Amino acid sequence: MQKRCKGNRDLLPQDMESFRNVEEAFRSSCLKWGYEEIRTPTLEYLHLFTSTGTLTPSMLGRVYSFLDWDGWSGERVVLRPDGTIPTARLYIESLTQASPAKLFYVENIFSFEETGKESRERWQCGAEMLGSTSPSADVELIMLAQEVLSKLGISGTVLYLSHAGLIRSLLRELGLDPTEQNRIFDQIMDGNASGIMKTVATANPRLKDSLSLLFDLSGSSPGFIQNVKATLIRDFPRIEAAMDDFLAIAQLLTDMGCSYQVDMALGKGFEYYTGVIFRFQIGTQKLGGGGRYDDLIPLMGGGDVAACGFALDLDRLAGTSKNPDNSKSTILVRTEHAGKIDKVVFETANLLRQAGYRADLDQGYAGTTRHRWILSIRGEKGKPGFMLTNQSSGKTTELDSVSEILGILQVANATKTGPT
Amino acid sequence: MQLKLALPKGQLLQETSSLLHRSGLEIGGYDEQSRSYRPECRSLPNAFMKVFNEKDIPIQVAVGNYDLGICGQDWVEELLAKYPSSALIKIQDLGYGGKDLCMAAAKTAGMKSIDRLNGRADNIRIATEYPNLAEAFALTRRLKRFAIFPLWGGAEAYPPESADLALISETPGSPLNHDLVSVGTLLQSRAYLIAYRPSWESKDMSPLLDRIYATVGKQQPLPEKKRTLDMAQDSSCPKRPDDSGFVWLALADGHQQKPTIEFLARAGMEVSDDPQNPRRPAINLDGVKVKVIRPQDMPLQVANGNFDLAITGEDWLADHLYRFPSSPVKKILTLGFGKVRIVAVVSKKLPFETPQDFRAPLRRQDITTLRIASEYVNIADRYARENRLSPCHLIPTWGASEAFLPEDADLLIENTQTGRTLVQHGLRTIDTLFESSACLIGSTQAADGVKGRRIADIIQRLEVTLTKS
Repeated sequence: MQKRCKGNRDLLPQDMESFRNVEEAFRSSCLKWGYEEIRTPTLEYLHLFTSTGTLTPSMLGRVYSFLDWDGWSGERVVLRPDGTIPTARLYIESLTQASPAKLFYVENIFSFEETGKESRERWQCGAEMLGSTSPSADVELIMLAQEVLSKLGISGTVLYLSHAGLIRSLLRELGLDPTEQNRIFDQIMDGNASGIMKTVATANPRLKDSLSLLFDLSGSSPGFIQNVKATLIRDFPRIEAAMDDFLAIAQLLTDMGCSYQVDMALGKGFEYYTGVIFRFQIGTQKLGGGGRYDDLIPLMGGGDVAACGFALDLDRLAGTSKNPDNSKSTILVRTEHAGKIDKVVFETANLLRQAGYRADLDQGYAGTTRHRWILSIRGEKGKPGFMLTNQSSGKTTELDSVSEILGILQVANATKTGPT
Repeated sequence: MQLKLALPKGQLLQETSSLLHRSGLEIGGYDEQSRSYRPECRSLPNAFMKVFNEKDIPIQVAVGNYDLGICGQDWVEELLAKYPSSALIKIQDLGYGGKDLCMAAAKTAGMKSIDRLNGRADNIRIATEYPNLAEAFALTRRLKRFAIFPLWGGAEAYPPESADLALISETPGSPLNHDLVSVGTLLQSRAYLIAYRPSWESKDMSPLLDRIYATVGKQQPLPEKKRTLDMAQDSSCPKRPDDSGFVWLALADGHQQKPTIEFLARAGMEVSDDPQNPRRPAINLDGVKVKVIRPQDMPLQVANGNFDLAITGEDWLADHLYRFPSSPVKKILTLGFGKVRIVAVVSKKLPFETPQDFRAPLRRQDITTLRIASEYVNIADRYARENRLSPCHLIPTWGASEAFLPEDADLLIENTQTGRTLVQHGLRTIDTLFESSACLIGSTQAADGVKGRRIADIIQRLEVTLTKS
């Protein structure tokens, strides 16, 4: 038996239904919020992702890199491991006039996973705002993401907040050399905040207690951030700007009625974050997240352009959300003789489709099907007759015309599919 | 229960043979004089042993063709750097065959250490036989831009003109040449006993392991090597020589070297060997510099502008262009010497007369996956496609390819002059892909000015010589 590649998954019809449901919810929200859709290529040059300030070493060690047909120069390419960096590249290459540029995408990303039990190809719904420094831009993205989750009927999500700028400021204030700062920052971004605590505990035990207030405790209001600021600023005066930015975002979220948990140990796997970082979770399941990355576009040679964004894990959302019930509008159109499809059948099905229903010609289905309605067409003296059966109730009605069929369907309050 | 063991030829052969002998294993046909690839062990009658190029052994063990193997740790790490989830496990440091895998730069480049490489915005070129380790190095060091030139050998010849760094092995018996300096050690390697994970988990290999362990004892980890560099200054941006007017000519090492030099002599180009620096001989032409490298590596090097002209084989040019069709390298002249045929070969034990004969057993799944071994990976890949030989696995080899048939491969794509060696190894030629001879290759982009005239002069000399002969 032929098998798919290890670590990859097929999306079966019901998976695709869930996939498109999430995609549609995300796309429609983004469009309503004024974001424009883009799509970047699956292949990018490896060097886009290798500089300090892009992916963490852990993520970089799992990219699919290789020499393609043009690889004689030694220039390696990768299967896109992330959506944000290619978007930044696209912006620099083609869209710098737009400020801010509000962009969104639905794209697959690739990352090696050793066991092959997790999919190595994952899909993301990402939105990026390039060219705005305001804390309200961060809040806009958080609200947009929340709207998508809410539209999908996903309840019980918790929004976690952290702040990469604050962590970076702290590491600088601790007097660590730049290499060490990057190393510890990577550890925190890879989800290991204990690294910083160990370092601090060794270097300065007195500071351990202050930092413990930040890394070991979790708050849920601007008051918590105010308290931490008041405590830490005595030892680390230069964290004030980052603290104020964090505070402004938290305050606006609170004003908007959006609840959250501050969790500074939040890891994101990316080095490019410079400001707020956020993540949506249900229990331990991560649904997606994002943050501010003001240094990425300058690092890539795109000038002094601040940016922020998020990506939702489409695969997880599809597994978590409920699909709309489309079965109400599906009609199996058949003749008395199964598999015998004639002109009348085609024309009747077309009329049903034009009215917004899913009309599926019976080309020989075996056994029971998932259709809500079955329409049997029989020819009598050149004039067709119809039998419409409601599969839910088992009720069958004899009808003479398509308009009568549509009348029954409407009365039965069948949900129409949108026009295609 | 059969135990399959892959043994190294080359540098590790003598010490491995000695280790096995001291372990009480009487092995016939495993010494430097032997031409057999299948030594026999009288004291372990259930053991099947085969001799490979050291570089092939980790792959052979990782795919499960052998339960155990002995090779340098450097080749094990090279495989694991790209395929960390492979079924290869390291069992025991055997304590001999020590070498340092070091990043070397030309002394003239002024580079003192590798610590500041990530600050460089230019493209850092690394030439090496260990491309996976080099890539892991570049990613770990967060190099902004880098290009890795995978080589068959001779990496020490590349810095500073053709590469900024060479990742090479330095052994006590073969120190770096005097033009190079190590700027960092990536790995201190010794011979290693390795195993195929499923075999390790299911087969009792202790009778052999006990003997080996008793002989090697417990190896201490190597002390970390500290390097003191006597360079006057460190430059984060090493100097690349300005050789824009020179023509760089690549000549082949190995058995092609002598006929190449004789041919050049007939064209009035005298190449004189420098015993101090055998990879950089002199030539009696102004503005022309010569390096001796592997013919396999030449097309890629010409494409990248590291050499202007090279004398290689048509086989290696084809292998390169099959992989990189847009590569800016072309054949300028067919030189006619060093003729070989590129052939498809099977074991005489198989009842196949043509490549198409494989299709029916593949369809019936009598052969689940066709194993094709070759030094010419891209030619073999294309050959399999064109002949609809699917599914197939390509097994890259690094020499002694005829040893792969029939146990470890079903089909071999190989070169042959007379076909005699193939017959001696019980093999049958079922197809000739093409004939190949030495050729002059160059860039598709014409050089101008004085360099262009120098290139034209060399081509003309060779053309005249060809016309005369």
